[in-house]
Amino acid sequence: MSARYGMVIDLDRCTGCGACMMACAAENNVPALPKATNRTGLTPMLVRKVSNGRNGVAQREVFIPILCMHCEQHTPCVSVCPQQAVEVDRATGIVMQMPQRCLGCRYCMTACPYHARYFNWWDPAWPAGTEKSLNPGVAVRMRGVVEKCNMCHARLHAAQEKAAAAGKREIDPADYVPACVEACPTGAIRFGNLADPNDPVTQESHSPEAFRFLARLGTEPKVYYKSKEAWVRALAEAASSTEVQHG
Amino acid sequence: MKRTLLGFAIGFAFTLMLGWIAFPRALYTHKQQPFTFLHKAHAEKSGISDCGECHAFKDDGEFAGIPATEKCASCHSEQLGDTKAEAILVSNYVKPGHETHWLVYAQQPANVWFSHAIHLKRAGLSCQQCHGSYGETDQVKVYQLNRISGYSRDIWGHSMSRFRRAPGDGMKMSDCETCHSRRHVEVGCLGCHK
Repeated sequence: MSARYGMVIDLDRCTGCGACMMACAAENNVPALPKATNRTGLTPMLVRKVSNGRNGVAQREVFIPILCMHCEQHTPCVSVCPQQAVEVDRATGIVMQMPQRCLGCRYCMTACPYHARYFNWWDPAWPAGTEKSLNPGVAVRMRGVVEKCNMCHARLHAAQEKAAAAGKREIDPADYVPACVEACPTGAIRFGNLADPNDPVTQESHSPEAFRFLARLGTEPKVYYKSKEAWVRALAEAASSTEVQHG
Repeated sequence: MKRTLLGFAIGFAFTLMLGWIAFPRALYTHKQQPFTFLHKAHAEKSGISDCGECHAFKDDGEFAGIPATEKCASCHSEQLGDTKAEAILVSNYVKPGHETHWLVYAQQPANVWFSHAIHLKRAGLSCQQCHGSYGETDQVKVYQLNRISGYSRDIWGHSMSRFRRAPGDGMKMSDCETCHSRRHVEVGCLGCHK
């Protein structure tokens, strides 16, 4: 049966600690980029800080982890890529970026409504010695290509291999958990199969507190957010990310 | 007119020879394995008939590839015969506890993910379907290194024209795709890439 992997991120639980960003970088061999700025860095998972714009006791802030939303329909990056370097996997629903096929035109970065794609401006480099701790399950990307969250595909590979070795066709859900989900100390990021109606994540995604950013675009993102705060839920339909203040 | 045709034919043949004979020779450099290992001798003398006896899976299903020195040491802790290769194995690797830096013929590029467990245990392929009959031979294959890509010759295969290749000659992406399309096994890019 084909799966539709997705997430529900509980913003009321997110403390903005950044553990998900670090875990993501370590898992996916994201290089240290000393010259990078906010615009040129590589952050497949990025925690943004958004304020309600008020002062004093009325001031409220929320941390929002932004990653690839794995749009199911009319996936913007897929429709613009001239290289077919990105596709929606039929079996998993994961929007898969193939950096080795990418020619670096960055059309997908322009098309992505969530600014969740990043360009490799430099050759990957690591502080001496640390390259030995790279994850062998993830290929290092070269300069000049775009990358993004592939939902820790190396972990899916490992789970598939484990299932095949045990003579099973389906993976054990406990074997496939993305790094950010695993690292989150407050359990704010939950991961599951949205095609399974009994999956707790599917049920959570149907809660009245759940929402998706820019759902009106009709791209059916598979990353849901959740908050009890009405003003946070109202951010979902901000016309663009420039309408909110970035931290 | 005749001379023009003749000239064209000679030029064409010369260019073909250049591309199919001279260029591959210049492209690949030959490398030697650390010492001689003979698959056939191991099969005959010690009665090992199953590849998996040495090329085993780890507990998590990952393929271990070429066995560690520890596996060799389970038989060769002391010298059993009188070959030079065994003397090198025992004195340089088994006794000091060093791993052998074998040149891996089937080493794929860094962006390829291949699961032996899925292909052997789920799809039921045999080792020979991809690796050919090297496991039954009584000689060490010369490792040919592509000077440009740094990959083994076995990835492209030994036939330059790739016409009527022997089974297991070549492990290019198109070879994977041919088998996948014949068996109607559909995977996305990241099904095999990482």
